[in-house]
Amino acid sequence: MTAYLRAAANVLVHVPDLVRYGSKPWRETIRNDHAPSEVFTDLRPFGEAVDYAPNQAFIGNLPPENLGEIQAPWYENPSAGASPMGVFGEILPQGSFYALLEAADQFGLIMLDRGRFVPDAVGSESAAALLDINQPTKEYGQEDISGRIERGEALPLFQDGNLVGCASRDHDADESLDARILLENLSAKASGAYALSRLLTQEGIAPEQVEYVISCSEEAVGDRYNRGGGNLAKAIAEMAGCVNAAGVDVKSFCAAPVYALVHAAALIEAGVVGNAVVVGGGSMAKLGMKAYFHLEKGMPVLEDVLGGVAFFLTGDADAGPRVNLAIAGRHAAGRPSTPQGLAEALVRDPLARAGRKIASVDKYAVELHNPEIMLPAGAGDVAAANYRMLAALAVMGGEIAREEIPGFVETHGMPGFAPTQGHIPAGVPFLGHALERMRTGRLGSTMVVAKGSLFLGRMSRQADGASVLIEA
Amino acid sequence: MDLENQAAIKSIVDEIGSENLMVVLGMPGEGLRLAVETLTTGDPSWAGPLAGVSLGLPVYHILEEKVRAQVPEEVYAEKLLMMEMVLDLPQIESDLASMRAAG
Repeated sequence: MTAYLRAAANVLVHVPDLVRYGSKPWRETIRNDHAPSEVFTDLRPFGEAVDYAPNQAFIGNLPPENLGEIQAPWYENPSAGASPMGVFGEILPQGSFYALLEAADQFGLIMLDRGRFVPDAVGSESAAALLDINQPTKEYGQEDISGRIERGEALPLFQDGNLVGCASRDHDADESLDARILLENLSAKASGAYALSRLLTQEGIAPEQVEYVISCSEEAVGDRYNRGGGNLAKAIAEMAGCVNAAGVDVKSFCAAPVYALVHAAALIEAGVVGNAVVVGGGSMAKLGMKAYFHLEKGMPVLEDVLGGVAFFLTGDADAGPRVNLAIAGRHAAGRPSTPQGLAEALVRDPLARAGRKIASVDKYAVELHNPEIMLPAGAGDVAAANYRMLAALAVMGGEIAREEIPGFVETHGMPGFAPTQGHIPAGVPFLGHALERMRTGRLGSTMVVAKGSLFLGRMSRQADGASVLIEA
Repeated sequence: MDLENQAAIKSIVDEIGSENLMVVLGMPGEGLRLAVETLTTGDPSWAGPLAGVSLGLPVYHILEEKVRAQVPEEVYAEKLLMMEMVLDLPQIESDLASMRAAG
């Protein structure tokens, strides 16, 4: 059996009032003894997040390559004809997301004051489907909410400067069930379920048809005895109505989405399941991660969105391009964790084993971080550097001359367009574009290449990575 | 420059002093500029262990001619050759030259 990639969906959730709960903004808020109501109160409105060209590229309304033709700064040059509804994705406003957070919660953690909370007119069929399946069972009032906040048990949720709800802890002596941690986990669950729901509505797939769900989200779901115990996948499957799907989480920092694709395809090839979904929910912790650099340079806070991705893989013949497991790269524990060591293990070696050249792959989908977010923080243009690395590998292998590096980057690469949501930019946001192009014969193959920084968790100084070739 | 690296360098200086110490960096661009400033005059963001600490350490980039000439050929081919083609070497050299000139 062969595994095919049938569909891809990318979603964004605009959550300006959750930016204050990102890791960096929250630490600064505590350090400066500010109240949550005092910080990050004036971020860009929904319309501006929709008009932002990289966001339009993310949901499929703009080829990423066209970003190169838009005058910088991109935040001052809105994308013409922008829409929150995209070819293979959509952008959800905050009010609708609060409703999804409430729907994701089964433990009375998210309380919304119906008298004050304004649910945006949900123009999204995918969000509406989730609200239909997961209806809230309890109503809360302002006293419930303010009481919890005053007792220090909950974080306030704001909308247009008003207190409209709260997110609670579920234990007074378990830091894994702290209010901010649970809000982070519920945000990943709700945005992951939203991406999955979009995938299913977009493709006309009934949730009951899904057999297996693999989550590549980064959050540590668990209690104090099982921090990071996991299985967000099954929680997402349940929320999206995939009642016949089992699920499991696959983790390796930002490399996880590619591992998840490889695992899902392998389960299908082995005949364990007939289809599988890979899903990644958004990372609240990374909201506003580089916001202080942006504010210092007079820029808007661009890290005001959660990202979500979902992919449908199936054994049904010719449902889409093939996930070629014979050309899947991995980085063994004994290899150097240098950029070169990773690039050789993930790209050069798997292609060489199949007798193929680096330039034989039409487009590479590397870490596609939006450079406009990264550059002001001194973090470099990640996508551009990765494409130059692949070109340099091709030079070292005698495929191209050194002077041909810029041409290789132009032909096989693209500008980064994904929000800095860790695992979300990891190559996979290009797959929606790749599917559209392959359907119309404009693209033959793409290799997804993701890297992970294992050293962040202090268990090893290694880096990691994974890659796989997808071809028509 | 990230806080962990600042702390690590500060603890080495505390242990052995700064007289026989130099720092070799790998990053380009804005990150290089910030790191050089942090290791010479102190952390400009005032957030890390080197805030207000002027170590005055000599700082080099691994791909500067005089540094990479010290790297054995086979190690260079395995670990640095690719990055030599990725990074803008003349830019790195000129950035460092102007920072050194500015003291």
